[in-house]
Amino acid sequence: MLKNRIIPCLDVKNGRVVKGINFLELKDAGDPVEQATFYDKSGADEICFLDITATHEERAIIIETVKKTADKCFVPLTVGGGVRTIEDIRKLLIAGADKVSINTAAVKDPLFIKQASQKFGSQCIVVAVDAKKTSNNKWEIFTHGGREKTGIDAIEFTKKSVFNGAGEILLTSMDKDGTKTGYDLDLLKIITKSIQVPVIASGGAGTLEHLFEGLKIGGASAVLAASIFHYGKFTIQQAKEYLASKDVQVRIK
Amino acid sequence: MLVTVINYGSGNLRSAAKALEKANKDNNLKYNIQISSDPKLINKSDKIVLPGQGSFKDCKEGLSKITGLIEELNDHVLVKKKPIFGICVGMQLFATYGLEEKKTDGFNWIKGKVKKINIKDSKFKLPHMGWNEIELVGSNKYFSGIKDLDHMYFIHSYEFEPEEAQTIKAYASYNKKIVVAIEKNNIFGTQFHPEKSQDSGLKILGNFLKI
Repeated sequence: MLKNRIIPCLDVKNGRVVKGINFLELKDAGDPVEQATFYDKSGADEICFLDITATHEERAIIIETVKKTADKCFVPLTVGGGVRTIEDIRKLLIAGADKVSINTAAVKDPLFIKQASQKFGSQCIVVAVDAKKTSNNKWEIFTHGGREKTGIDAIEFTKKSVFNGAGEILLTSMDKDGTKTGYDLDLLKIITKSIQVPVIASGGAGTLEHLFEGLKIGGASAVLAASIFHYGKFTIQQAKEYLASKDVQVRIK
Repeated sequence: MLVTVINYGSGNLRSAAKALEKANKDNNLKYNIQISSDPKLINKSDKIVLPGQGSFKDCKEGLSKITGLIEELNDHVLVKKKPIFGICVGMQLFATYGLEEKKTDGFNWIKGKVKKINIKDSKFKLPHMGWNEIELVGSNKYFSGIKDLDHMYFIHSYEFEPEEAQTIKAYASYNKKIVVAIEKNNIFGTQFHPEKSQDSGLKILGNFLKI
């Protein structure tokens, strides 16, 4: 049976982890390779790097980071942040990324998703949907890391992205992100019911119960979480054991 | 001893090569692992790994574009009868034909077709993406040390339907049973990604190197 995935997400800036594990046992907490290896060994089902590097010139650094990670970690790797061109995607895939997550570029030009999925296959094209609630059962897309409002309806945009070839949706609730009060389950429910591709729930996980809710109530195929793992509140193993005890299918080593 | 990972413009070759290097080292083997599309190098290879990402049609076109590549692969597999390992679409290309985008001929090394996984129940998402357990069929040298229901990483929407049931070496359960490993003589392939399946995947790659 296919298992629900748990995906730790690391924020990387200029080749250094700025939001990641903060454990004493790490020699260099800023080293993305060391962090990824740690999560690989602790049973993460995939690892996600979000490149928050500010300038275009510095983007070449993430390629080196991905290369070094792929040399050591034999677990699927998704990389997002600043992906704007077909060439950006090609470089990341060649470096060792398995999936590339696209946000702003997908909103600016929906045909970009079509080109990318035709070129590299839907399986490696993830569209990152950053949504904010505007009224009852209505959500809007934000870009540029949640700073810019677009006026685009999140549900329609997601459906269109899938139609254009997105193989997976990384759905982040801007309202819930950082609050540790749980995922936006209404949004998740609507999106997972509207499309056939897998959805990764993101934004708001603060407890293990939140992970359970995202998967069982929200219908997500995977849950992305940062702080609950980074700061040692829970291990991936604890999360999986908890989920298994509540009859959620997870991979336990 | 030379293992060549075929480079025809498809997907994540680096991961496959790095995983082979790791398996090589873990098993104290002395293989030289190369990524190449050069028919001359393929001619000298003892073993070949054929990865594949994207569509069946694009992968086949990518192979066809490189002069002499398909001939050399046929020679390696059918004349020299040397080992080949196909991963994901690489394995699917062993089939007679594939139906992704349009009907496209495969190598026809293992008779069968590649078609879209037919989902009727909306609770099953497509692509079939993530970790699934494999159900082994009989014993097999590639799966030495692998237990029934070990987890492997999948990411695909199309499935191989071989004509000869005896070529099927493993299934995975999704909306129905999907064929996830096939073998015929010197030809072996997996629908899952051993290079992304942590220790279990490395074990399979090690077994391939050891045969």
